[in-house]
Amino acid sequence: MANVLINAPGTARKGETIELKALIQHPMETGFRPGADGRLLPRNIITQFTATWNDIEIFRMKMSPAVAANPYVSFFAVASESGTVRLRWTGDRDFSAEGSVTVTVT
Amino acid sequence: MRKLSVALGLATVFLASLAMAQAGKDQRRSGYQDMGPTLQKMQDDDTANPAMLYVQAGEALWTQKAGAADKSCADCHSAGSMKGVAARYPAIPPGGDRPVDLEGRINLCRTEHQKAAPFGAESEQMLDLSAYVALQSRGMPIAPPNDPRLAAFRMHGGQLFKGREGQLNLSCANCHDDNAGKKLGGATIPQAHPTGYPIYRLEWQALGSLKRRLRNCMIGMRAEPFDEDSEDYIDLELYLMDRARGMTMDAPAVRP
Amino acid sequence: MQQLPPRRIPTRRTFVAGSLLVTVLPLASAQAAPDTMMAAVKEVTGEAAVRPGRVTLDIPPLVENGNAVPVTVSVESPMTEADHVTAVHVFNEKNPQPHVFNAWLGPRNGKAIVATRIKLADTQKVIAIAETSRGEFWSASADVIVTIAACTEDVN
Repeated sequence: MANVLINAPGTARKGETIELKALIQHPMETGFRPGADGRLLPRNIITQFTATWNDIEIFRMKMSPAVAANPYVSFFAVASESGTVRLRWTGDRDFSAEGSVTVTVT
Repeated sequence: MRKLSVALGLATVFLASLAMAQAGKDQRRSGYQDMGPTLQKMQDDDTANPAMLYVQAGEALWTQKAGAADKSCADCHSAGSMKGVAARYPAIPPGGDRPVDLEGRINLCRTEHQKAAPFGAESEQMLDLSAYVALQSRGMPIAPPNDPRLAAFRMHGGQLFKGREGQLNLSCANCHDDNAGKKLGGATIPQAHPTGYPIYRLEWQALGSLKRRLRNCMIGMRAEPFDEDSEDYIDLELYLMDRARGMTMDAPAVRP
Repeated sequence: MQQLPPRRIPTRRTFVAGSLLVTVLPLASAQAAPDTMMAAVKEVTGEAAVRPGRVTLDIPPLVENGNAVPVTVSVESPMTEADHVTAVHVFNEKNPQPHVFNAWLGPRNGKAIVATRIKLADTQKVIAIAETSRGEFWSASADVIVTIAACTEDVN
């Protein structure tokens, strides 16, 4: 599976708004770039990114070829209860990757 | 020849300490200092710096057993033992008679100790592992070994740096000594100090080695790049590391 | 590959950049014109009015490389059940396609702030549109100057 880096505070106060940051290894080949042989390299991108908190979706993003290689995403979430934040990326060529972090709410 | 080498070695030590004594007057700037705040921020945040993805993969490789010896890097080297290593290479390995760079050292470990096939130049695994090792020197001063045997190689590297080549008849020094800080197109010409290798270059959209960067420069000068396994690379790296002696390592860096 | 657009008169920059232009042209050859961008915006907003304001589009005015341009979109919103940002859409003018990303949010986000990194093929305008639970659309735009890297490896 692709390398994934997720950054989230391990603990948060109940009701606190926390930042979640994620980075994933992916070429995000646009489909508009010629390769060494002059032909266009076929498109190969991540198209969808979703985040769930204890299995409830809290954030979703649709990516186009204009998202940079090795996509970085940052968003916020209210720490409502302790649990698992699960991030999932899907895309062209059946690409699928997942990562998760645990946040303890006090 | 040997006496000359020793003398040169000592001269280098003297110059280095002089340079440190005059740190306030140091006019040298790293590529990091020449970047805008946006890219500096990208490098400084380990979740935003894409090079950290490679470091993560390198960390996994570090403990993975390989080769006929069925040994991992971690079986010989304790955690944290790579501190300062990337700041020191190229160096002459024990029993060797000419310098190797960090990638060369990694491959010596592969072939001699792990009894495994060497990693390909610029291979994903080589980049991963060298990024993992280089990160451990982050914040440390570049400190080439004061090995008098290196002097002749370093001098050759200096000749390569200053010698004109290619259809544009340029030398490295024409840009990076004489015109550093000025613009080439929209880009600032950096002083070319190898503080952050391997680097995540936005132009490549990937991590790459100092050799790849040097190759880019030679192509830019319309010169024929050195062969992949050419010793010229090592000599040039040796010269560049000495030129950057005392500067702070910021590997794995982000560069435009 | 579509036909190349008419060659612009060489400026000092294009002259200095020399054959580096070769790497830029293929991207520029198929580009989302301002009209295409506005059409893409319409797909999201329909006939609703789009008002400037409440959205901050934080993007550097001058970037050293268009391959990874940091973008942060922040929207002023209480992010409550009754009044929150439901989506943030970002478009560009001169990439081959006008779409950059769409993000869907809700009260559980607490703050309507989304950041990512995008590709910009050329100097151009970027627009961010926020959609709220009350059916309003707010927007902000920014002009970005994209410089090109020196000494690339694809000089043919």
